[in-house]
Amino acid sequence: MNGWAHHLIIAPVLLPLAAAAILLFIDERSRMAKGLVSLAAALLLVVISFVLFRIESGPNDFEGVYLLGNWMAPFGIVLVLDALSALMLLLTSLLGLAALVYSLARWHTVGAHFHTMFQLLLMGVNGAFLTGDLFNLFVFFEVMLAASYGLLLHGSGPLRVKAGMHYIAVNLAAALLFLIGVSLIYGTTGTLNMADLAARIPEIEPDRRMLMEAGAGVLGIAFLIKAGMWPLCFWLPTAYSAASAPVAGVFAILSKLGIYVILRLTMLLFGDGPSAGFGANVLLYGGIATLIFGIIGVLASQALGRLAGFSVLVSSGTLLMVLGINDGAVSSGALLYLVSSTLTIGAFFMLIELVERGQDAGAAVLAVTMEAYGDADEDEPEEGDGVTMPGTMAILGTCFAACGILLAGLPPLSGFVAKFAMLSAMMGTGAIGVPPTAAVWTLVVLVILSGVASLIAMTRAGIRTFWGSIEGTVPRVLVIEIVPVMFLLSLTLALTVQAGPAMQYMDTTIRTLANPSVYIDAVRNATVIGDYDDQSKSTGEGAD
Amino acid sequence: MEIILSIAIGVMTTCGVWLLLRPRTYQVIIGLSMLSYAVNLFIFGVGGVKTNVPPLLGDDVATSTLADPVPQALVLTAIVIGFATTALFLVVLLASRGLTGTDHVDGRGDRK
Repeated sequence: MNGWAHHLIIAPVLLPLAAAAILLFIDERSRMAKGLVSLAAALLLVVISFVLFRIESGPNDFEGVYLLGNWMAPFGIVLVLDALSALMLLLTSLLGLAALVYSLARWHTVGAHFHTMFQLLLMGVNGAFLTGDLFNLFVFFEVMLAASYGLLLHGSGPLRVKAGMHYIAVNLAAALLFLIGVSLIYGTTGTLNMADLAARIPEIEPDRRMLMEAGAGVLGIAFLIKAGMWPLCFWLPTAYSAASAPVAGVFAILSKLGIYVILRLTMLLFGDGPSAGFGANVLLYGGIATLIFGIIGVLASQALGRLAGFSVLVSSGTLLMVLGINDGAVSSGALLYLVSSTLTIGAFFMLIELVERGQDAGAAVLAVTMEAYGDADEDEPEEGDGVTMPGTMAILGTCFAACGILLAGLPPLSGFVAKFAMLSAMMGTGAIGVPPTAAVWTLVVLVILSGVASLIAMTRAGIRTFWGSIEGTVPRVLVIEIVPVMFLLSLTLALTVQAGPAMQYMDTTIRTLANPSVYIDAVRNATVIGDYDDQSKSTGEGAD
Repeated sequence: MEIILSIAIGVMTTCGVWLLLRPRTYQVIIGLSMLSYAVNLFIFGVGGVKTNVPPLLGDDVATSTLADPVPQALVLTAIVIGFATTALFLVVLLASRGLTGTDHVDGRGDRK
């Protein structure tokens, strides 16, 4: 990966930024032009992240380090592409493309600057996946959050404004915790570069270690709020179910961003040394509590939107729990689960809106409520023009069933493969003949229970929606609305068919993560391009 | 100096957290602002409290007395981002006030 290909690493950040800037200059009335620019950028992003993914899934372990502004590693900011970030980039771009195509049917017309904010959200998420610097991570996190505030409010209406206000307040507080954590870590270690941190943390003096761990703990809370760990998760189902359908679909990646950062930092910083295993118990018990809360929530949900919101929590809880036991084989199963559940939940959020369109009873109540607030027009976008999908109910029903199967983890789709990989690894931990510990048994039981709960909830919702509706009319669904949903679901099918290579990729990823020296060496040995004048540049600032 | 700084951070954090938990949106936004001031001071403090020393290396500046420039850069970024997000929150606050006719965070009026 030399020459121009090396610059591809920064493309997932620059491309959405450029697209967002261009979109600002296009008049709000020329929706077609805006949609096309945004769509082209999203398509290009998929191509770029696929190329990066192919490079990473090649035969040799490769860590692409990109020195921003040609500054040497601990002084300047670096972007690092490894197997994990390449996987997350690809996932983001595919989900982003699906949500964007979906929004083109009608949702992008209900408010201003939808496409700009959407591209900025993609930029923030991609940057957070790529960056190798803690403070830069904060900046990309804030870009992502600021865009998500706007997107959550997209479509307006009292429900969204109320949910958005809670969401913003919670995330502003989380951002402050993030800053406290980062500054404590900087104060005790003197660096913000992740690779440099990983190298310095084992050698830190004992009297400063506690302060550093406190910083890491505070930092962790900021990400756990994003990931939705109980008891930091009460904002999540409300916010996600209030968001417009394509926005909720793309928000499925945001909670996974929290999981990603926790996975990255715990594996990198607390892999070994005196602080090894820091926070593992919090993740384990927090994950268990989240999963239980999610199960109860899934069973208690009447509205489909809340059901999907609690499914996000179930998925987060499972992943946090697995991060807590920190076992290689289980983690690679969990990584497959992460990909599968993100695709599922993204598709499910978009499907819900299509399904609920046909339910007259619920819609009528909603309309009355909206009229009471006096803005019925603002909330519901007008019907879009385009080709209507034939056989609507059959296709909607099939997609709904597929979502149910995926959430419950039943064969034949990838939800089953992922859960099976996790469970078989959990049962197989320890030496031969040693039964799994009580903690592991709890996890196994909870994972299976969460599947049962999802199955019950989805079956109940399905019966009520598709069989039980008396006066329900067939919803008018456009092709470009249902195709993204089918696209995401077919990706999970592809994951099932290609389960072997996929698991192999996850295994390699986890093995690379478990060996942080590869990452550290790659960043430290990254060389600047051209003549480097050591005298004039060696006193540079670490971050800005 | 350190004592004054830490007391200031502590008092502002206390006020900020208390205000953040109040039911009125205006109190919440003031609370968030107070908290962000406290955090900004805190970031500034982790570089070590020094007076009258430049953050730049020069011929007559020893590295031991040098003020750490990184927290200053961090705090600048944090101020800008905090300012922008607070402004955005203010807009949402006004939108909520307009839609619900009350400044309660849940959009409910006081019903006694």
